[in-house]
Amino acid sequence: MRVLNEICRQPTALFGLAVVVTVIVMAIAAPLIAPFNPDEQMFDGLTLEGAPMPPGGPFLLGTDTLGRDLFSRMLFGARTSLIIGLVANGIAVAIGLFVGITAGYIRGWAGNLLMRFTDLMMAFPALLLAIVLAALLKPSLWIVAMVIALVNWVQVARIVYTETRGLVERDFILAERSLGAGHGRILFLHILPHLIPTAIVWGTLGIATTVLLEATLSFLGIGVQPPDPSWGNIIFESQSYFQAAPWLVFFPGAVILLTALAFNLVGDALRDILDPTQRGRG
Amino acid sequence: MLSVLAKRLVQSALILFGVAAITFVLLYALPADPARMLAGRSATAQTVANIRHELGLDQPLLVQFMHYIGGLVQGDLGRSYAQKTEVIALIFARLPATLTLMAAGILIEVIIGVTLGTLAALNRGRFIDRAVMTTAFVGVSAPQFVVALLLLYVFAATLGWFPMSGYGTLAHVVLPAATLGILGAGWYARMVRSAVVDVLNQDYVRTARAKGLSQRRIILRHVLPNAVLPIIAMIGIDIGQFMGGVVVVEAVYGWPGIGQLAWQAIQQVDIPIIMGVTLTSALAIIIGNLVADFLAPVIDPRIRSN
Amino acid sequence: MFRRMLLSTTAAAFLALMPFAASAQDAPAQGGDIVVTYKDDITTLDPAIGYDWVNWSMIKSLFSRLVDYEPGTAKIVPSLAESFTVAPDGLTYEFKLRKGVKFSNGREVVASDVKYSIERAVNPKTQGPGAGFFGAIAGFDDVTGGKSETLSGIETPDDGTVIFKLSRPDATFLHVLAINFASIVPKEAVEAAAGDFGKKPVGSGTFILKDWTIGQQLVFERNKDYFVKDMPHIDSFKVEVGQEPLVALLRLQKGEVDIAGDGIPPAKFLEIKNSPEGAQMIVDGEQLHTGYVTLNTKVKPFDDVKVRQAVNMAINKERITRILNGRATAATQPLPRLMPGYDKAFTGYAYDVERAKALLAEAGYADGFETVLYATNTDPQPRIAQAIQQDLAAIGIKAEIRALAQGNVIAAGGTEGEAPMIWSGGMAWIADFPDPSNFYGPILGCAGAVQGGWNWSWYCNEDLDKRATAADAMSDPAQVAERQAVWGKIFTDIMADAPWVPVINERRVVAKSARMGGPDNIYIDPTRVINYDAIFVKP
Repeated sequence: MRVLNEICRQPTALFGLAVVVTVIVMAIAAPLIAPFNPDEQMFDGLTLEGAPMPPGGPFLLGTDTLGRDLFSRMLFGARTSLIIGLVANGIAVAIGLFVGITAGYIRGWAGNLLMRFTDLMMAFPALLLAIVLAALLKPSLWIVAMVIALVNWVQVARIVYTETRGLVERDFILAERSLGAGHGRILFLHILPHLIPTAIVWGTLGIATTVLLEATLSFLGIGVQPPDPSWGNIIFESQSYFQAAPWLVFFPGAVILLTALAFNLVGDALRDILDPTQRGRG
Repeated sequence: MLSVLAKRLVQSALILFGVAAITFVLLYALPADPARMLAGRSATAQTVANIRHELGLDQPLLVQFMHYIGGLVQGDLGRSYAQKTEVIALIFARLPATLTLMAAGILIEVIIGVTLGTLAALNRGRFIDRAVMTTAFVGVSAPQFVVALLLLYVFAATLGWFPMSGYGTLAHVVLPAATLGILGAGWYARMVRSAVVDVLNQDYVRTARAKGLSQRRIILRHVLPNAVLPIIAMIGIDIGQFMGGVVVVEAVYGWPGIGQLAWQAIQQVDIPIIMGVTLTSALAIIIGNLVADFLAPVIDPRIRSN
Repeated sequence: MFRRMLLSTTAAAFLALMPFAASAQDAPAQGGDIVVTYKDDITTLDPAIGYDWVNWSMIKSLFSRLVDYEPGTAKIVPSLAESFTVAPDGLTYEFKLRKGVKFSNGREVVASDVKYSIERAVNPKTQGPGAGFFGAIAGFDDVTGGKSETLSGIETPDDGTVIFKLSRPDATFLHVLAINFASIVPKEAVEAAAGDFGKKPVGSGTFILKDWTIGQQLVFERNKDYFVKDMPHIDSFKVEVGQEPLVALLRLQKGEVDIAGDGIPPAKFLEIKNSPEGAQMIVDGEQLHTGYVTLNTKVKPFDDVKVRQAVNMAINKERITRILNGRATAATQPLPRLMPGYDKAFTGYAYDVERAKALLAEAGYADGFETVLYATNTDPQPRIAQAIQQDLAAIGIKAEIRALAQGNVIAAGGTEGEAPMIWSGGMAWIADFPDPSNFYGPILGCAGAVQGGWNWSWYCNEDLDKRATAADAMSDPAQVAERQAVWGKIFTDIMADAPWVPVINERRVVAKSARMGGPDNIYIDPTRVINYDAIFVKP
């Protein structure tokens, strides 16, 4: 309750929260809100020459290159994209944090082994893995989410590792140590809070990049398959049309940006409330 | 220090071996048959069997792998299935272009990122901060293909400041590097801002301020050096992205990098090229991270090298 | 005993120039350097190996063959051969070589080069995809089986004569000698290249490869010593690779590029077509292409002919041509419209949702069923697959789409019982040569219905196979029309069993700059895509 009150006092945070809530509600209530079946290729959704319809008239945000209603597709696409951007990306950041902190804090052979494993994963041909999985498994949203989580934690681990290495040598940590503080106390009370800003950076910028990455991976055949929409694949399918039909790229692009920004605002506010000493970081 | 380096080099060789093994198994698991892909639609079963035999694909996986590793330790990456040319020649032909674009792209990312990040940190909570951070999100959220084409339309096709396509002169590298720089700078800006704010909050900086040191001096002497570590780590990560993931930008600007080679090889199931490119980029990533880890204690003497 | 077919050099040269003689103001001019772009890199220029639609036309121009096609048509004329004769039994072909023709390394082309080149194409060590085309030559099995290095069926009594002995009559044999795999190469250059002949080609064609910067560009220069006067017309052409089609088009509009080899991307087509300069830029022509959906006869419920017929009636082909902005025509039968044997009168299955539903009900699927439709993942193929999916839904068939990389789709198609339906777009490739037999064996005949094969319907009709074999034995030139009719009937009869849904015949669209001259059919040549020999720059 205190958190909510605090957020309500900051206009930017309130705006962020409002956007987040709206997007989630719209995704859940998509069947109730959508004016059309998102997969229906309508006869009057294309011009006689086969071009998509611009925004306006019955189609609020226009139609795509198969004559489907863009607004309806974006509503349903939000479901896929939120799962990717929040769940898959969230797991990646969590794994990255865990591995990075552990390796940076315990060091020695175990830490070294962890980081070499990270190097291996960074050099791992993810694209190839996607193509192989596409051939072997039935495509599903969860496979693409798994691949994203599997691939994306590496960068976070690398950054967190570097930061942790710097942090453990800082005076306040050394002081704590000499006072006999346990590892748990140092990790959770002193190191983790300093890494939260990094986690927010990767967590929120990652929403945008993973939503786009999902489209690439699904294109290779492991994720949602046509005609199921996602924000990423709407952009991906139509990006070469950005001159002939700019709405097909602009609207989903804007929604991805707005969502990532909104989560960032909420994240910043939460951090300020939970740990006032870190105010302004992140 | 030297023994640490030697240890790391041995570990790096093991990682390369690991990448080679994983990639090999993945390619083997792929149901697409390279011999079939080469033979095309009209080939008879006999022709396909002959091609498979000549490529050694009828051997057990382990034999094939040992054969490949045997060549690898002698610096032989084999011959492309589709092109028949030595893979190493194909990669070396494209490596300069990839490295040029990587260097230029990362340079632009760092310049934009550090400038914007510092600016935002010094003005945190104010309008400039919000504007900078929103810009960072716009860059990161934008689809590569669209940004690349937009820059090409404006600066090459309409204004004519840069050539539309090709490789060779400084003018050619500007637009592709700028595209990658704009798209990636957001990460740097966010990381730098975060690091700078952290430093600004620390006691010694507060002390320096209280002593009346100029803002400029504080930033240059105390603040920026502390932001260098995450930047170096970011560059290490970026090397991986640039080695394999810039196919779209390469295609838009007709840039003869490794990405396009890899993409076409994957379509054709040209295993030697896929292996060669994967190992090359793995090598670049390993070197990048190695350098990052060894630079850290040099830049921040408090960090002990392990 | 031998029957003379085609005779003199002058006649061939005259024939070669025929298409242009038609309109005087469009007479070909000599000279000019042009730029051509492609997205994909050129893999190889080795004629025994190169087998994609981009390098196909370049190899055609680098090398010459005993016989070749008149530009823009499917008519075979002598080329490196001055004349040739065919024995009445169709088992012996004798070629007289043109004298004084030189490879670009300066050596004269002799009969033993022909023998070497074809043996090289067949030899398993070459890893050539086209070996099977030469299956009719005596001794073929010994070479592919690794028992011999030489083909007993090719004899060279003197430097100017080559005799082919066949083990069975093959009506397509002249076509076989005109495809790239039969190009003549000098042995010493192949050996000097040490496995890299594909990057260092030496031939006797209209052009010479002057320079190849890997990953960037290839420069082809006119062969000044080419044996037909005033061929080719342009002085050189530069091929720039790795070029995104949208950008290539933009560069073409700016005058930096003369031919955008990948054509006009769907996203730009309407804009260009409706622009003032559009008519000059677009070359829009028919090619030997059919886009089809395979219905796997070994997978339930497509083992029931009624179900396959129902699906044929359910697809709204007209809407698909609209999605392609009118760049295709609805297909009625497997053969493309330009292919000899195409039956204009045959209407196939008309679009009729009600009858389709009735047929499904008769087959016991009144409530429809669930299935999977495979497609490749490059635009516009997934869109067409979605249009088909919607049409199927209208008769109760719920098809899940799997859009995958091409290699994965090909693998699924060649695995028994794996892929119920495949939309062929992106893989239904131009014919090897303009003969209907090329559209049967690998993709509809029993020989292709095997593990790793390309007959993705797994359709095998012994009776039709027999008729096909009989048709290909009709090698007497006097039987050409009769043979075409036999083939045409085979393809329309197949439709009774409906192993495919022939969906569209896609036209090819090439973009060229205003200064490029020549009729459309040399930019969309039925046998070589772009005919670099025949195109010219307007004076």
